[in-house]
Amino acid sequence: MKKEILKLRGVKVHFPVQAGVFNRVVGHVLAVDGVDLDIFRGEVLGLAGESGCGKTTLGKAILRLVEPTDGEVKYISQDDDETELTSLEKKDMDPFRKKLQIVFQDPHSSLNPSFTIFGSLQDPLKKFGIKSKEERRKIIGDLLEAVNMRREYMDRYPHEFSGGQRQRIGIVRALCLEPELIVCDEAVSALDVSIQAQVLKLLMQLKKEKNLTYLFITHDLSVTEYLCDRIAVMYLGRIVELCASEDLYNNTLHPYSEALISAIPVADLDKQTKRIVLEGDVPSPVNPPKGCPFHPRCPKATDICKTEVPTLKKYSTNGNEHYASCHLIDLPEIS
Amino acid sequence: MEDKNNIALSVRDLKTFFYTNNRCNKAVNGVSFDVEKGKTLCIVGESGCGKSVTAATIMQLLPTLSRIEEGEIKFRKDDKIINIEKLEKNGKEMREIRGSDIAMIFQDPMTALNPVYTVGFQISENLKYHTNLNKKEIREKCISLLNDMGIPLPEKRVDEYPHSYSGGMRQRAMIAMAMACNPKILIADEPTTALDVTIQAQIFELMDKLKKENDTAIILITHDMGVVAELADNVAVMYMGNIVEAGTADDVLRRPTHPYTKALLESVPVLGRGKNQDINPIKGSTPDPYNRPKGCQFAPRCNWQTESCDVMPEITQINETHQVRCHKYEQFFEKYK
Repeated sequence: MKKEILKLRGVKVHFPVQAGVFNRVVGHVLAVDGVDLDIFRGEVLGLAGESGCGKTTLGKAILRLVEPTDGEVKYISQDDDETELTSLEKKDMDPFRKKLQIVFQDPHSSLNPSFTIFGSLQDPLKKFGIKSKEERRKIIGDLLEAVNMRREYMDRYPHEFSGGQRQRIGIVRALCLEPELIVCDEAVSALDVSIQAQVLKLLMQLKKEKNLTYLFITHDLSVTEYLCDRIAVMYLGRIVELCASEDLYNNTLHPYSEALISAIPVADLDKQTKRIVLEGDVPSPVNPPKGCPFHPRCPKATDICKTEVPTLKKYSTNGNEHYASCHLIDLPEIS
Repeated sequence: MEDKNNIALSVRDLKTFFYTNNRCNKAVNGVSFDVEKGKTLCIVGESGCGKSVTAATIMQLLPTLSRIEEGEIKFRKDDKIINIEKLEKNGKEMREIRGSDIAMIFQDPMTALNPVYTVGFQISENLKYHTNLNKKEIREKCISLLNDMGIPLPEKRVDEYPHSYSGGMRQRAMIAMAMACNPKILIADEPTTALDVTIQAQIFELMDKLKKENDTAIILITHDMGVVAELADNVAVMYMGNIVEAGTADDVLRRPTHPYTKALLESVPVLGRGKNQDINPIKGSTPDPYNRPKGCQFAPRCNWQTESCDVMPEITQINETHQVRCHKYEQFFEKYK
């Protein structure tokens, strides 16, 4: 039986837009606008979408690195204790920070250049009660070896490492508190292809060894398809499709996912398909279009799309649960 | 090249070195290729392999610490053949070619556009220097260029500043600028790396159209094998300043003969192959350019390395179009046929 580790209900993150002499709030950027999502223990959930669709903000909102404006994030422990994270006081959040970690996008800016690797990585261990320096060195040394780096590297400075090595240090940082869930925010996007494959393999190996759950945020659908069990596609702060990763490719339901998949260049001459070229750009999240947020760019849009906002409905493809929010889907809805 | 009319640009044994702190970085170390009219040549490689330097060398846009050491860049202008490497960097002839006959699209449209001038002004600069159009005609040409690039309301947009353009529109404005004088060769240096896939699809559509309508030769620099599969007629794979394999897209993607090309193709997951595909990382990382391996540059990371790899392999022609730089290519090709 699959058990949830996180339950998101109606999560919203709105950033105020200020203008004028008195910094009056003139509007809100609806970065994440009502997301319901369950993350199960031991799975890799991909979160895909174009830049500006709110995928990073959602990842950070789960860890309360940005405060959600509204909605619930429930953490369910291994003994089925539910805790609502968004209403906790800052200091009560601490034990959960240990369980939920993040790997950041840019390995060049996420390490402090004036500390050695050990200096940067020991702080969380200190905070969570590992008092002796010897022990801290041992933990970090073991983890460095686990990501195929040498133990001695912990006394070097970040500038001595290449991008791929720094990303692996970022992974060690996330791992050192033995978390249950890691949010990987574009963890491989800044890396060269040959290095990207090294880090992807490493992430999969660590998942098996340490029983981790990943929320894998990326704009690269070929990586998500390879890595993830389920994929959620976001557009303008909402999830438009959520399904098993093979179904997203084989049984695409939402026209946006379809266009996104067709736009990805495939390194295989036998698999070339016709690109569906979307007109225009992603609309501004300050003032999203009425009705379905995708309708101004959707090649299939009809009248109903202009007025009514579609909700995420449950369908079944290939025997798997498949959620999509579009008025034009021909499948029977499941309750 | 003399008797081949369809070749727009021919590069032979080009070497560009950088000199810093008394050290020499052989960024481009003996590169040869031809670019045909109306065809796309993709130069693929990881960061630091010299693909952007090759582009900058053709445009004579190299920084002062570097120079063209050896080699020829022959450019066919109408019926004349011009040796670009012999021209003065800022001389009259080079300035005449740059921007009008050979134009370039840069990687990051945010830094390549000047924020304090309107987009229209920046496009018209090119027309002012290279054509005899008057002010009014230039403005009309700018508007029609923006219109061709699919920018909505070009009459209004032409007077706007880059900050009010989105990323995709900025890149289209850059292409408009490059296409202003109908160049014979368009060099695109990672034109879509900073853009989303849906916008990337728009830009590709546009480049395909230009190629067909104007018979422009395109040099596309990229690190993405997917882009190569989609756009390229010819491919050159670069590694540490050398072209290790070159040929038609069919040759290189279907029958890779160099271990590096094969490794590159195997290291990225391909959409549609599902979860069970095997991806193989390339072991190690690219060597320090100041401390290179002796012979074949890929040898330390290659599974096929033997003693003979201590000597730089020569280019071997496999068939008319396909060439490779590897000692072991025959055995390698046999195994993966």
